[in-house]
Amino acid sequence: MATVLERVTKVIVDRLGVEENEVKLEASFTGDLGADSLDVVELVMELEDEFDMEISDEDAEGMSTVGDAVAYIEKKQA
Amino acid sequence: MSKLAGKTAIVTGASRGIGAEIARRFSEAGAKVVVNYSGSQEKAEAVVADIRANGGEAIAVKANVSDSDAVKAMIEETMKAFGSIDVLVNNAGITRDNLMMRMKDDEWDDVINTNLKGVFICTKGVTRQMMKQRSGRIINIASIVGVMGNAGQANYVAAKAGVIGLTKTTARELASRNITANAVAPGFITTDMTDALGEDIQKTMLAQIPLGRFGKPEEVAKAALFLASDDSSYMTGQTLHLDGGMVM
Repeated sequence: MATVLERVTKVIVDRLGVEENEVKLEASFTGDLGADSLDVVELVMELEDEFDMEISDEDAEGMSTVGDAVAYIEKKQA
Repeated sequence: MSKLAGKTAIVTGASRGIGAEIARRFSEAGAKVVVNYSGSQEKAEAVVADIRANGGEAIAVKANVSDSDAVKAMIEETMKAFGSIDVLVNNAGITRDNLMMRMKDDEWDDVINTNLKGVFICTKGVTRQMMKQRSGRIINIASIVGVMGNAGQANYVAAKAGVIGLTKTTARELASRNITANAVAPGFITTDMTDALGEDIQKTMLAQIPLGRFGKPEEVAKAALFLASDDSSYMTGQTLHLDGGMVM
């Protein structure tokens, strides 16, 4: 069973077309991974599908790095 | 003539008038159609029956477009029935005409909620699916009065002008995902809504129309079909005036 980080990484690599080694916990979606605002919206949508959960707009706004997303998902799954 | 073969289209306010004509015309072009209505269930069912009798696929779905929960449910129902959303026609609209001096806040709010906020809610609602599909067509039925203004329709004009601006923003925000948004601005089209206008107003309007006649719902539907099909693939953020030349 893949970890949350591995699954999040896969979604990001697929969506943003970045290399896997660029997806670090501290990497920011817009600053480091080259996402525009619409990409971020799409990423959140795909994370919702991947983890079968709803991420509210307010919560999504609080996610700016890979680590934010992983922590949020782990917390919500716990 | 299967310009919309395999496509699914949601047409809001499709129980009568321009919306019903668009639903029929899209079905003839091969689309599976969601006939949305708010109050007129019987009329919506009749449009669906009509489409089915002609060998098309359609369902009637009740949802007040200004209610985001109802719209969400309609979108879920559409996905369940047809599995994709390729075209959204924001057609639902109402009038509460009055001189501005006499216009009640309620009259203003009702029209803005249905005619403008409803377009926002439905567009937002389908965007998720269209982004995933990497394709989509959004067609907003505005009005020529949104361009030229009209005494006695401050609420309607403001909403329709708002729709034209919203169309441009939708076009810009979603262009990178291969989703286009265009508007149609009909002039005087013969429907229940315009029949309600007095004879005097109708006469005055007619005098301003270079083509010398009122339009027909099918003439709007044909333009909507153009905007929904591949024929308009390089066009986004535009407003087509279908008004017999009233505004140039």
